[in-house]
Amino acid sequence: MALRDIAIVGTVQRPSEVNSTFTSVEILLPVIQQLLDKVGIERSDIGFWCHGSCDYMSGQPFSFVAAVDAIGAWPPIIESHVEADGALALYEAWVKIQTGEVDVALVFSNGKTTSGPIDQILSLQTDPYMVAPLKPGFDALAALQARACLDAGVMTERQMAEVASRSRRDANNNAIAFTKGNESVEELLAMPYTMNPLRAHDCATPVDGCNAVILAAGDIARRLAERPAWIRGIDHRIDTQRLGARSMIESSSAAIAAQKAGVGNDRIDVAEIHAPYTHQELLLRNAMGLGESTHINPSGGALVANPLMAAGLARFAEAAESIFAASADRVLAHCTSGPMLQQNLVCVMEGE
Amino acid sequence: MSEADGLVRLRQPIGVTYNWSAGPNATSHLAGLMNGKFVGKRCPSCALVYFPPRNGVCPKCAKILAGDVEVGPKGTITTFCIVNVPFLGQKIKLPYVAAQILLDGADISMQHLIQECEAEDVRIGMRVEPVWKDKSEWGPSLENIQHFRPTGEPDRVMGTESGAS
Ligand SMILES: [Zn+2]
Repeated sequence: MALRDIAIVGTVQRPSEVNSTFTSVEILLPVIQQLLDKVGIERSDIGFWCHGSCDYMSGQPFSFVAAVDAIGAWPPIIESHVEADGALALYEAWVKIQTGEVDVALVFSNGKTTSGPIDQILSLQTDPYMVAPLKPGFDALAALQARACLDAGVMTERQMAEVASRSRRDANNNAIAFTKGNESVEELLAMPYTMNPLRAHDCATPVDGCNAVILAAGDIARRLAERPAWIRGIDHRIDTQRLGARSMIESSSAAIAAQKAGVGNDRIDVAEIHAPYTHQELLLRNAMGLGESTHINPSGGALVANPLMAAGLARFAEAAESIFAASADRVLAHCTSGPMLQQNLVCVMEGE
Repeated sequence: MSEADGLVRLRQPIGVTYNWSAGPNATSHLAGLMNGKFVGKRCPSCALVYFPPRNGVCPKCAKILAGDVEVGPKGTITTFCIVNVPFLGQKIKLPYVAAQILLDGADISMQHLIQECEAEDVRIGMRVEPVWKDKSEWGPSLENIQHFRPTGEPDRVMGTESGAS
């Protein structure tokens, strides 16, 4: 069966905030309404709704059920939820449209990352028998990975600081971003370690946020957007959960996903990489084979605003917007989750 | 870690503390309960009154709720369940009745206990009123109400109006 042509035709992201006093439903509802208005369709035009979020972020079991209130479930709708980043919800929606059952899907995600101790919460997703009892902080696991990379000569602390300096500067032009700055690489290198070899600017800023995108097939997509962002390849791979059995100085799952998504088939103009730590961006660039000609994270990336469970879908939104604006013709969107880049989803989109 | 009967057992208590926010739309509801009042919210689109105001939105219209509406304190039983099964942590004497109660002026029902009558006398349409705990025990919670009890008023005939099912 030939694959259907499916594109992102519209995106909306809520500006990042910390310690939000709104419920997830209250922040999602206006974003979804704004997206429907922007694309110029009604709720009844959406054939499939797919949501990405995580109960551990909100500290409430089945919190995703409440989110259905934000999309209006009467008359009855077809909807689904992934206990994961919205990028994985987008993957499910893409599959749903491929089945031919529906032509238009709305994907949304949210994360109230600042309502709990995120470093501890994230470590709960490690292997419950051998790793979780050690209560490793998430930053600590990332620091081990960074140390292994530095010791193996895969990268330098200067290169890590370059990633942070570039991301913070780029964030100045992004209304969604939270952390902004104009520090030079030297200034950043002079900062103290927070978790050797990581400095504060090497770690992403946890924020509360949400976003939504609309996917559509074929001519419907061409009608809804002037320049749709066509999904040409998408792939998701997972490394073993046994941290000791993984190479810390490369990302084999990202490399396979990038190859399967067709990253190397042509030049990539813009890559929106979901890297919560500076050294992880460098690792991912190596794994996905991205060279100097690719503009990395013009949005500032997840480093300057990391609404967990929404930060991956945010990369899709940013990459698609650069196609809409015709500032790029072929883009990459990436999402990671799990300790030390355990999971990687890679997508290639093109303009026509 | 213990090694009785040859098995290695591992205890790993996990506790995480969150700062949970009720959100601006549920705040007047919770504040109302601290003052002994039932405060719901009206949907600006379909005019239904939500008590409790769920997550601050009307799921039917996908609109943010607006405007406080005081409802109750009396209400009508729309459906109920007689609980006969004991379970761990049970605090109430069996059998007891958990009922859906449609407060006067509200369009969705809420669940609470029915006491001060025999379980077999509870019926759909029965009029009930709240029995509040002592004020010193009040917090932002429906647990401020000890239970609901029959008012003795004539039953209300439940039709097909919102909340009746
Ligand atoms: Zn309504």
